[in-house]
Amino acid sequence: MSSHLLHSSFIPTAPPSLRRRPGCASPLPRTPLLVQSKIREIFMPALSSTMTEGKIVSWIKSEGDKLSKGESVVVVESDKADMDVESFYDGYLAAIVVDEGLSAAVGSTIALLAETEEEIALAIAQSKKSSSSAPAAPAPPAPTSDAPKVFDEMPSPAPAVKASVGTNALGSAEHPASEGGKRVVASPYAKKLAKDFGVDLKGVFGSGPNGRVVAKDVEAVLAAAKLSGGGAKVQASEPPKPSGVELGSVVQFTTMQGAVSRNMVESLAVPTFRVGYTFTTDALDALYKKIKSKGVTMTALLAKATALALVKHPIVNSSCRDGKSFTYNTHINVAVAVAIDGGLITPVLQDADKVDIYTLSRKWKELVDKARAKQLQPNEYTTGTFTLSNLGMFGVDRFDAILPPGTGAIMAVGASQPTVVGTKDGRIGMKTQMQVNVTADHRVIYGADLAAFLQTLSKIIEDPKDLTF
Amino acid sequence: MGGTCVNRGCVPSKALLAVSGRMRELQDEHHMKALGLQVAAAGYDRQAVADHANNLASKIRGNLTNSLKAIGVDILTGFGTIVGPQKVKYGKVGFSENVVTAKDIIIATGSVPFVPKGIEIDGKTVITSDHALKLEFVPDWIAIVGSGYIGLEFSDVYTALGSEVTFIEAMDQLMPGFDPEIGKLAQRVLINPRKIDYYTGVFATKITPAKDGKPVTIELIDAKTKEAKDTLEVDAALIATGRAPFTKGLGLNNINVETQRGFVPVDDRMRVIDADGNLVPHVYCIGDANGKLMLAHTASAQGISVIEQLTGKDYVLNHLSIPAACFTHPEISMVGLTEPQAREKAEKEGFEISIAKTSFKANTKALAENEGEGLAKLIYRPDTGEILGVHILGMHAADLIHEASNAIALGTRVQDIKFAVHAHPTLSEVLDELYKSAKVNPHVSKSVSEPVSV
Repeated sequence: MSSHLLHSSFIPTAPPSLRRRPGCASPLPRTPLLVQSKIREIFMPALSSTMTEGKIVSWIKSEGDKLSKGESVVVVESDKADMDVESFYDGYLAAIVVDEGLSAAVGSTIALLAETEEEIALAIAQSKKSSSSAPAAPAPPAPTSDAPKVFDEMPSPAPAVKASVGTNALGSAEHPASEGGKRVVASPYAKKLAKDFGVDLKGVFGSGPNGRVVAKDVEAVLAAAKLSGGGAKVQASEPPKPSGVELGSVVQFTTMQGAVSRNMVESLAVPTFRVGYTFTTDALDALYKKIKSKGVTMTALLAKATALALVKHPIVNSSCRDGKSFTYNTHINVAVAVAIDGGLITPVLQDADKVDIYTLSRKWKELVDKARAKQLQPNEYTTGTFTLSNLGMFGVDRFDAILPPGTGAIMAVGASQPTVVGTKDGRIGMKTQMQVNVTADHRVIYGADLAAFLQTLSKIIEDPKDLTF
Repeated sequence: MGGTCVNRGCVPSKALLAVSGRMRELQDEHHMKALGLQVAAAGYDRQAVADHANNLASKIRGNLTNSLKAIGVDILTGFGTIVGPQKVKYGKVGFSENVVTAKDIIIATGSVPFVPKGIEIDGKTVITSDHALKLEFVPDWIAIVGSGYIGLEFSDVYTALGSEVTFIEAMDQLMPGFDPEIGKLAQRVLINPRKIDYYTGVFATKITPAKDGKPVTIELIDAKTKEAKDTLEVDAALIATGRAPFTKGLGLNNINVETQRGFVPVDDRMRVIDADGNLVPHVYCIGDANGKLMLAHTASAQGISVIEQLTGKDYVLNHLSIPAACFTHPEISMVGLTEPQAREKAEKEGFEISIAKTSFKANTKALAENEGEGLAKLIYRPDTGEILGVHILGMHAADLIHEASNAIALGTRVQDIKFAVHAHPTLSEVLDELYKSAKVNPHVSKSVSEPVSV
């Protein structure tokens, strides 16, 4: 990946070898050429299939040195060995972003390579700008690029129970196995996780048999610590939290934040309206539990259900590009909005109606991994025809989303919660319910269209057997 | 028919290990991705897995029985007791007894799982390998008492099927029977990355089965100081503390033979020795019952030795040439002495030993399979070239060891085998590496080929 940051005029001078003797016509025209020079980023490579981060052992080349393609630039320590990393381009080592002795995640920028000597100074200025917002060690520095930064996939809209287990975790729990808190009974894997991540088992609530602490209890504590941004005992190699906000300061938008802002302002020109609906998700939750072991996520299930409903209501999958016509999209590409550190990205599940749920889940996992490694291609995040946005994991019960330009509708999904309902025959019962709110462009989608779509979607979610195809 | 091996040992355990090996591969997303494969989450049907093991045991039992019948063997079913020289009585409970006479008698009654005092077996939550092989249930958390090859193999099976394991080992380190270097690597590969933790240097003095919703409780004491250490609460406990010979009721006293800790005393030709130290004519004992080397193929080899003698050809089995294997993933195998044993012998007898080592990471086939984790080790005498021991941890170790065990059995020395060609690319090149890197003192001559000019 390269960022196009600089345009400069470039006047070629013929190298000595090509200069003819005086009297002969010079072969090269002396006209100024406009060349886009590139400042390339050198990334931390994955030196083994299990490597997730590497430590810089030593820089073979220093800032300002000339690099040729194939020459070793730096020695990196992976989980298996120390290896020389080569440069893929000719140029100059303009700036070292990660110093010796420090670690960086696989895929993060460790140095900048400039094509010509003139650009070295610019590259240094650029690296200083980008590294000013990130601490030097040991977290990976934040490079400037329009690709997404380090990434947290928000957990699926599981009931708020998961988050609350985490928040309760730091209180003590009475359970039989611990003999009134004297002894901690924890399974081997729970003990291992606790040791690796620095979690004190004493305060962890055990959900296993006889109050035993099992692996997922420790994972819940870690998830809660991440959410609350506090967790003093959580592993320190997580990327820096945005709690580095300096009050009273003025911080420029990054490229991504600028893009989000532009899109939101553009959406003001679109006449939107909103329709809300409440789904009963008991059947969907049961299905999820059944096929969870096969790698299926709630995100994939919701995307698939939405896609199947869109098949029956193609108008909701349309958009108004020019203000005077319907653009009926041939594909149903469900984009799912995901919050990441300092930004927002919408990886797209292409043809979500045609792909089976298992492949869809796998594809989703790949997209998430790619986004984390900043390798999402534009066609993987700009081709959505319908967007899903989910804040249920925070306990939000309903919200309405802003319509991304170029699409017709976006569905905001809230948390599914057990609710007391009154039925038509005068009884009171409990159902797990989830509120959704769809924002749509009224130039192409009318109220009845949207309501009918939601009704179909509600039927699919309440009887989800078709989702497993 | 078939004894422990077919019914409660080798056969069903290898069936379960085959399942666990595949499960582990399919669940290893990293490994699959590195090869470019995508696999949807793998699952298993416990009953079907158990059936695979049971069916295999039945099949082999059937084949065995038919083979014996085909060569004219008479099979008399019942509990046998020696009543006098060349006389055996046999019968089943509730039936009348028969007495038969024979020219020679071979005792091959084998062994049973040894259960230490204080441990209550209920066959459901506190089990031995006999129960475990039926795989009646897969516990969330199982404690395995004993980290020898039986415990290790079961930990492989249970962790692949989703359980978490805790080892309880009386000695100070896990896998005390293995060469220490192999044991260290085994810990790194077979234990640390898996959901396994362990307690060493402890005895389980009391194990109570699960009852009324309470889990299995295990009380641990320090092996040396005997003070109470910890109490574990787990879903199941597997007792893998070794095997005890099954020699009760054999009527050995009728021929003046006394067992030693249950084992039948024999000489190196498997001839039974009586209480006065004399050989009992026409009575032999092979296999686990004599305790020399409790492995199935040892019993077979000892049996062959006896038959050779009975048909007039003397044959003494060299126990040092018998390989042993542990079928975890990756496998472990060995033949001969461990490094500490070799050093001890070297010091006592006054010679030097050398070690040649190679990693599976250097082997093309292992890397192609993305299974570079492994180590092979050769312990030899640089003054004679004698091979004292070979230890392998890695893919197919159990098959690879035979080159080494053959060499030891035939007395082949390192310099004789150095130039042997191994097909490429195969895992056997790991051994090729060992032989080629071994340095024997230059003046030692080869047994084959022209004399070397000095």
